[in-house]
Amino acid sequence: MGFAVGIACVLVGLVVSRPAAIAGVVITLIFAFLWARDVMSPDRKAAEEPEPKPAEEPDEERYPRNVFLELTTLGLGGVIGAIVTLPVLGFAVLPAFTADDPGGVDLGPLDNYPENEWREVTFLLDPAAGEVSRRTTFVRYNGESNGQPSMTLISNRCVHLGCPAQAGGPRQDEEREEIETEQAALVMTPIQPANFSCPCHGGAYDTEGNRIAGPPVRALDRFKYSIVNGNLTLLEPYSVGSVEGTGADAKITAYGIQGPGEHVDGLSAFLYPIQPQDLEG
Amino acid sequence: MAVVPPPTRRRKRRMDVVVKVVNIPLDWLEERSGLVGGVKYFLFRKVPRDTNWFHTLGSATLTAFLVQLGTGVILAMYYKPTPDEAYESIRHITHDVTLGWLVRGMHRWGASVFIILLFLHMGRVFLFGAYKYPRELNWLVGVLILPLALLMGFTGYLLPWDQTAYWATVVGINLNGTGPFVGPLLGQFLRGGDEIGADTLTRFYAMHMLLLPGALFALIGLHLYLVVRLGVSSPPWSKSAAGRDRPEPEASRDGGLMQPGPRGGRPRGE
Repeated sequence: MGFAVGIACVLVGLVVSRPAAIAGVVITLIFAFLWARDVMSPDRKAAEEPEPKPAEEPDEERYPRNVFLELTTLGLGGVIGAIVTLPVLGFAVLPAFTADDPGGVDLGPLDNYPENEWREVTFLLDPAAGEVSRRTTFVRYNGESNGQPSMTLISNRCVHLGCPAQAGGPRQDEEREEIETEQAALVMTPIQPANFSCPCHGGAYDTEGNRIAGPPVRALDRFKYSIVNGNLTLLEPYSVGSVEGTGADAKITAYGIQGPGEHVDGLSAFLYPIQPQDLEG
Repeated sequence: MAVVPPPTRRRKRRMDVVVKVVNIPLDWLEERSGLVGGVKYFLFRKVPRDTNWFHTLGSATLTAFLVQLGTGVILAMYYKPTPDEAYESIRHITHDVTLGWLVRGMHRWGASVFIILLFLHMGRVFLFGAYKYPRELNWLVGVLILPLALLMGFTGYLLPWDQTAYWATVVGINLNGTGPFVGPLLGQFLRGGDEIGADTLTRFYAMHMLLLPGALFALIGLHLYLVVRLGVSSPPWSKSAAGRDRPEPEASRDGGLMQPGPRGGRPRGE
């Protein structure tokens, strides 16, 4: 062991400082000498001889060398294995939970959103990631409420299993507009939805996002928003249990964002105590 | 019946030369590795007299796996696992690369064949009672192989990166996400983040072509080792196997890992 410590000291010393390396050389030499003397000694040779069966009794009393070697091999092997494995495992798992919040998304001037009309807006959540991060929200301007503009921003992701829900109703594709913002291009399409429904498994929602049919377990998710310099800015999403009332007067039971298919209220909500974003610092 | 001419002396001598030429390198190999004996042992081991075609399902599954392995390696030479290029590279493989349509087709349909054969093989083993003593461990290994194979299908399905692939994977990951307690964390891990994106694609690609095949390879090796060691089981209607005594369990004579007992690896005789 001392020999190993000396070698380690030499190696570390070579990187860190010269005195440490010299000390390492001294330690190494001392223990090398002790080791060599140990190997030469007749005791050692006797220990290596396979002992005859009757001699097993005294063998149990002392702490035999082979047990020591076995344990140190296993122990050191375990330590080395852990040193190599743990960072790699962490690298495989942790990045999924430490992603940066991409921040707000500029959805263009408020003038683009006439009162009580719906717009289907697609935007790049993370312009650096490109088209793969394109998301859709249904936006309605509800007029002023207490002197502040009131908006409804409903996510199009079905809360059953995450397919894209569609607006049920007329849709003016010929009036589709592309708007350049500071971050990326938006595509806005006027829609007159009577409801939202999902093509995958038939989930259906009313225009406030409440479930009216199919397998979804809660109302459609919404986005927080703010008005920055007269532009509508989309902030982080949140989950919704249910919505009472409509438009600016809607009473929303809001929860932290949860994955599709996860209950936010009732007994089943206890099945999902830990959310990934709870772990993010 | 083929007509065999009576061997003349010259013929016989020529035959001896041929045998020698074949045997010299084989003997060289055998002396240094024991491989020839091993292969002979594997190929010419005894199987019950009354095996039937259902016993070939396991080998068929193995063949399907090897086809997937071979075609997959070639496909990896042309596939590009990035969101901007994945779909285009698949299109390139299918339409431009010589015989690409064939290799991709083999991989795509072979995947289904592999899964179907897995289930048929599993059904055969179950219905024949071949999972019973002493082959329980091999059933357990097979039970581990099955979900890995299904995961191969799941991770491979995303790689074409078209609308079907994308939304099927969204649904698949979110299904995992609805699992109680650990579900949301599992979903996050599979996505490699909050959203499906470039990291999801590369992560699925790495799992599909490195992690899962490696694990499958190891487990299939163990599976085959156990098949060879324990021998093929007779069908349940077999008369020859009925009424035989159970072989004495050999493992109990071994002292465990720390003190190796008599060397294992001997086959149980018929």
